[in-house]
Amino acid sequence: MLQMKNVSKVYRTDTVETHALREFSLTVEEGEFVSVTGPSGSGKTTFLNIAGLLEELTGGSYELDGRDISKLNDKERSRVRNEKIGFIFQSFNLIPELNIFDNVDVPLRYRRFDAAERKKRIVDSLEMVGLASRLQHMPAQLSGGQQQRVAIARALAGEPRFLLADEPTGNLDSNMADSVMQLLADINSTGTTIIMVTHELTLADRARRNIFVRDGRVSDSAGNLQLAAAS
Amino acid sequence: MFRYYLRLGLLSIRANPALSALMVAAIAIGIGACMTIVTIHYIMSGNPIPEKSDQLFHVRVDSWDPNEAYDEPNEPPEQLTYLDATALYAAGRAARQVISFLSSRVIEPEDEGAKPFQRETRATTHEFFTMFNVPFKYGAPWDRTADETLERVVVINDKLNQTLFGGADSSGRMLMLTGEPYRIVGVLDEWSPVPLFYDLNNGEYGDPAPVFLPFSVAVAGEHGRWGNTNCWKPIGDGGMPAFLASECVWIQMWAELHSDAERQSYLQFLDAYVSEQKTLGRFPRAMNNRLDDVQAWLTYNEVVDDDVGVLLGLALLFLVVCLLNTIGLLLAKVMRRAKDISLRRALGASKATLFGQYIVEAGMIGLAGGLLGILMTWLGLRGIENLFSAYDFVAKLVRMDWVMVLTAVLLAILSALAAALYPTWRASNVTPATQLRIQ
Ligand SMILES: Nc1ncnc2c1ncn2[C@@H]1O[C@H](COP(=O)(O)OP(=O)(O)OP(=O)(O)O)[C@@H](O)[C@H]1O
Ligand SMILES: [Mg+2]
Repeated sequence: MLQMKNVSKVYRTDTVETHALREFSLTVEEGEFVSVTGPSGSGKTTFLNIAGLLEELTGGSYELDGRDISKLNDKERSRVRNEKIGFIFQSFNLIPELNIFDNVDVPLRYRRFDAAERKKRIVDSLEMVGLASRLQHMPAQLSGGQQQRVAIARALAGEPRFLLADEPTGNLDSNMADSVMQLLADINSTGTTIIMVTHELTLADRARRNIFVRDGRVSDSAGNLQLAAAS
Repeated sequence: MFRYYLRLGLLSIRANPALSALMVAAIAIGIGACMTIVTIHYIMSGNPIPEKSDQLFHVRVDSWDPNEAYDEPNEPPEQLTYLDATALYAAGRAARQVISFLSSRVIEPEDEGAKPFQRETRATTHEFFTMFNVPFKYGAPWDRTADETLERVVVINDKLNQTLFGGADSSGRMLMLTGEPYRIVGVLDEWSPVPLFYDLNNGEYGDPAPVFLPFSVAVAGEHGRWGNTNCWKPIGDGGMPAFLASECVWIQMWAELHSDAERQSYLQFLDAYVSEQKTLGRFPRAMNNRLDDVQAWLTYNEVVDDDVGVLLGLALLFLVVCLLNTIGLLLAKVMRRAKDISLRRALGASKATLFGQYIVEAGMIGLAGGLLGILMTWLGLRGIENLFSAYDFVAKLVRMDWVMVLTAVLLAILSALAAALYPTWRASNVTPATQLRIQ
């Protein structure tokens, strides 16, 4: 499903060049649940941004569903993001002036579904995260865990085949983190491919496969996490 | 999608009320200043009789001093001598022609208690009303016979009719003018062309005289001239007959000509007339006759003050400054909403989609600015009116019509869109990733 070969990403400012990724190679198969760990600044978020078509790569190649991503223009990239990819962020990234219903509605609007279809998808996905009764609430009226679940509902409403999560439980206490992890596991069991960046090894362990990133490279992509951390 | 953008725009305006209000105010003030001046310019340069301005020609023949042009470089006088006006009129070579001059009479109300008062009168020929499309409320113009037989008839305007007869149909009734009885044949409806094109010698933005009476009656009755009279040759003794035979110019003449061919042949007629007069020892200057249609005549008389052009430039500059302000405010708004924008990008909005969303929002701000701008324009015009309340004509220049209202709104929306282009472009180019990263 996802295939990166020798991907590099260089950030240039006036004074410094940062090699956030170098010769980053990774293949993820359809239906996998992959966790990504690594030290701060190692390039995890950069990898996720590139995987999610939010940023362009400096070198190497990236194919998603067999399509060479570097050949797409802005409109096509936006469309792939909109239809195939769901994002979950550490801070829940809801739009404060929109209510829950309208927040989940955002990606569906860009997909130009009709009103009935949008409504059905919004209610279904909020039901899935257990918040169908809060349609009219504003984000500020929900707890952190609830907000993250709205964000997950938003990511799911478009039925993406590919879910990218950057420390989705980073701002949650362990109870709530647990329930979010359970939710992700459920989603994965329906066939959605998930890549999740996390700092917490116990959470990473719940994924079926762990990759460890160091200095912008995949340093271990299959093995046992505790081992990798120890080495 | 457009309705979705409208809703998002409203939400965003509500979410940033202070910033949005500032933008609306900046646009409104710019539009207000600009439209105030534009309105005055528009009215000043307006076409007072659009339906036939290209068929009405002001007539000039050069009867002036051989040694010196009436006006540099070589302009014939603006008015005609009595000799020429009456001769050209009598020839009747145009579809219609009108000669007239400004005079005055003392109006003596029937009412015993009411005091007599003096008013301007226009001495003219019967075609005046049909030629200039003057609307009648009651009655009708006098006819050719009245002109020829020196009948004492008058047409009065609506306002005077209100004063004298309480607005009732007064046609057929009598009116005492400076001790002489006149029969009222018609009452005009509201009529006040701006500029007062048919007689620019006596105030470009004045009101028409309230009383119209036959030219022949005024001349025979030796009604005093209230307009300009210019002479280059001594008149000589002999009272009114000598004056009428003199080279003094004091009568305006207009001819109605329906085609270029008619205009050409009328010019030939003027040339022939002047050649004939030359054999009698008049018209010492070279042949120099002119026919100017209404717009050309207004331009020649520089009816639009140069200062207004300068003001117009300044007002436009002011609008540009206001727009630059709006650009700054919009940029500030984009910066504040970078997170929102990058999130929408991540969720699948293309640059084009975002551009659409923000342009619609800017359009809404522009519309609000335009509506408020109309109010500002109205206030600006009232301000000018108060400032120059001593001058009657100002009241005529400070009117707003729907063309101006529409122009104001359009200008506001266009300005807002123009101001929004750069900030919106910036907005749609916010990189999605960087913002998601700094959480
Ligand atoms: N926009 C940018 N401009 C310049 N340098 C950047 C930019 N974004 C990231 N970097 C640099 O790239 C490197 C990788 O950053 P990245 O955010 O991918 O790390 P990370 O593994 O996600 O770290 P953390 O665990 O702290 O979130 C870092 O050195 C960072 O400073
Ligand atoms: Mg990170």
